[in-house]
Amino acid sequence: MPSDFAWIRPEPGGLYIRPADVWIDPSRPVGTALVTHGHADHARAGHGVSIATPATLAIMRERYGEIGEAWPMPYNERATLAGGVHATLIPAGHVLGSAQVLLEYAGERVIVTGDYKRRADPTCAPFQVTPCDLLITEATFGLPVFRHPPIADEMARLLSAREANPDRAILVGAYALGKAQRVISELRLAGYDAPIYLHGAMEKMCRLYEAHDIPLGELRTVAGTPKAALAGQIVICPPSALGDRWSTRMPDPIPAMASGWMRVRQRVKQRGIELPLVISDHADWDELTETITQVNPAETWITHGREDALLRWCELTQRRARALALVGYEDEDD
Amino acid sequence: MQRFAALLDTLLLTRSRLGKIAAIVRTLREMPDPDRGWALAALTGGVDFPAIKAGTIRALLSGRVDPVLWALSRDFVGDTAETACLLWPEPPTPPGPQPSLTEVVDRLTHATRATAPIVLADLLDRLDETGRYALLKFATGALRIGVSARLAKVAFAEAFGVEVELVEEYWHGQAPPYTALFAWAADGATAPSSDLVPLFRPFMLASPLENAQLDLTEFAAEWKWDGIRVQLVNIAGQTRLYSRGGDDISAAFPEMINALTTPAVLDGELMVRGDAQGSTTGVGAASFNALQQRLGRKTVSTKMLAEAPAFLRIYDLLLADGEDLRPLPWHERRTRLEAFAAKLDPTWFDISPLIVAPDWDALAQLRAGARDAAIEGIMFKHRQSPYTAGRRVGLWYKWKRDPLLIDCVLMYAQAGSGKRSGLYSDFTFGCWTTNPDKGGELVPVGKAYFGFTDAELKDLDRHVRHHTVAKYGPVRETDKSLVFEVAFDSVHTSKRHKSGVAMRFPRINRIRHDKPAHEADLLATLAALIAD
Repeated sequence: MPSDFAWIRPEPGGLYIRPADVWIDPSRPVGTALVTHGHADHARAGHGVSIATPATLAIMRERYGEIGEAWPMPYNERATLAGGVHATLIPAGHVLGSAQVLLEYAGERVIVTGDYKRRADPTCAPFQVTPCDLLITEATFGLPVFRHPPIADEMARLLSAREANPDRAILVGAYALGKAQRVISELRLAGYDAPIYLHGAMEKMCRLYEAHDIPLGELRTVAGTPKAALAGQIVICPPSALGDRWSTRMPDPIPAMASGWMRVRQRVKQRGIELPLVISDHADWDELTETITQVNPAETWITHGREDALLRWCELTQRRARALALVGYEDEDD
Repeated sequence: MQRFAALLDTLLLTRSRLGKIAAIVRTLREMPDPDRGWALAALTGGVDFPAIKAGTIRALLSGRVDPVLWALSRDFVGDTAETACLLWPEPPTPPGPQPSLTEVVDRLTHATRATAPIVLADLLDRLDETGRYALLKFATGALRIGVSARLAKVAFAEAFGVEVELVEEYWHGQAPPYTALFAWAADGATAPSSDLVPLFRPFMLASPLENAQLDLTEFAAEWKWDGIRVQLVNIAGQTRLYSRGGDDISAAFPEMINALTTPAVLDGELMVRGDAQGSTTGVGAASFNALQQRLGRKTVSTKMLAEAPAFLRIYDLLLADGEDLRPLPWHERRTRLEAFAAKLDPTWFDISPLIVAPDWDALAQLRAGARDAAIEGIMFKHRQSPYTAGRRVGLWYKWKRDPLLIDCVLMYAQAGSGKRSGLYSDFTFGCWTTNPDKGGELVPVGKAYFGFTDAELKDLDRHVRHHTVAKYGPVRETDKSLVFEVAFDSVHTSKRHKSGVAMRFPRINRIRHDKPAHEADLLATLAALIAD
């Protein structure tokens, strides 16, 4: 008989594990929070206790300073929460420290994927497929138009644009946590060993990644660098800096952006991007559907994103599924 | 195809005009013949494949993608061709090499309604995502990349170091892939012959008259008509109608093509017959709204020809009886025009009459009184001026009539592009259906993105950010607290808008921080100004 998984409840402010009195990625301060990864819309300040991987806790401390009581939970170590709920954090492949949550209670296994991807990423541990009864999945890129190309192709386009424009700076808008370090690492893998320039807002996270044994090569700050010295250079900045006055410090900058949304031309145009780089830290349509197929749960719940299409896919493949209306997660900049 | 696809993407994403020109120049220089001729034709709107419609693409995909997933994807992407190229199920191994642009043209030209889906599917299977996008845009003829025919011609001239005026002149006698044009420009062959071709001649343009009075003994005055500026050309037995940008719009107005049978080049205002007004001439023209129904068509129905026949109100004569009249002073051309026009059929032609006024004040009064829907203001033409290409200060002036005004409430805002990117600068505003205190609601009546200073724009941007109540993608809905005084030239009935009205040239005249939103105007007030 299919269960209704009554012990885990979708609330507007996050997923609530009732017997343990624990919230997953709550959007407001709670007593005990289980945090899947360090992005600001998932990891918020002000909880009594924060449970997360050591790397995620380090990211939260870097962001917020004091974070209250911290409960570090390394990958693949089963722990017991209050009320007899067992929890295990499993790599999600999204950013450094990101985790899926495996919850076991009353003979039922539930996986909360958090944000995840299946592509190789030199800056974090790869996603592990784990069997379960209920899969609670994200759906940020849950439309069949989203198929992320191989990242090596995108790097090749970035490097050839740089070569073709020796007098201009290439300004790559990238999320400060995860995307920026992944782009830098992939550039190094592609053989680019020149210094890479950073907007001030990127420095702290890059240092944190390096402290976690992820080498990023020679990084320099834009501040204090003469304009002329930035010609022909790659500069990484937050997406919001692409259009603001800061960008006028660059010589004739080419606005680029590393994001899964860059797959859609109208989005690219809307944001005034000249060099779109389709690079995402989320699963694309094929990865989302492949993951559901591989995990093969009895039931699938779909959280934030474009849940309608994924729900339709579940219907077409005769899978039990429902969409949850969780609020407060934003992935506009991925 | 790859090269052409890359060009389209670059043009779509490059904002600067110079950047676009540079991209076209590179492509025209490096692409082989005849591919580059077809690329040029695509940019100038010179290709048309009647067998391929947007519906062809939808039908092609409906057999391959679940209809619900298609609809959700189409809604998100906002463009049928792009949705199709993103959703296209790529075969594990393409059935053949990437097609060249010439092969694409060849196959699409020979496609019929029945074979089009098969041909398109085969081509799509052989292309990558960028190539598929270019193919579908090329096949449907809807590039929307912000490149005008003129820009493409400027780039062509720059690519091969020839004069753009010569390109314009030779252009009209040529058909894609413009083999003779490339041979002339790129390889130094003899110029294509143009003597027997009904060419377009560049228009003479007017400067705005700002707070100045002109000497009426030096300048002649005539009404500025609210139609479209056209050039009607008859040379060597062929007649063509050209729009202001030099585009051939003959197909949309066959009655005008049949109407001119003697060799001449006429400059005038194309309008549609109607009886909305016409007091100055006795023969009526309908409002611009009526003309608009006939613009942009590739063919025109007999019904439309009967209901909304066009006519030309002539104001200049450039060529007649094989003589180029352009070097003559205006008053001599005018005399020749009057003699010439007397021989034309009044069903299709009349002359834009001169306005006779004893002095400037009398003229200003006439202008203020002209609420006629076909009149935009007054034109001044120097009596001694030859007909010169482009805008030369001191020869022709336009003095537009004062705009109509209405108070509207800001409803939605969207960020601009280019130097306004990131600033909310496109504003949708509305009027009240009935008294807001008695349950009236706002209904959008127009959209404006100019009329304010840079400082005011900053202020408006801040207002939008602080008064947002909802976001729809790039659009923000505001709390509808700010009143704009909107200026516009005229207002017409419209079936396309929920409000039932459409304004011409709306712009923000003043920002009325002082005025409470509920005191803004009613829709009925705006509708009372309709000039159809």
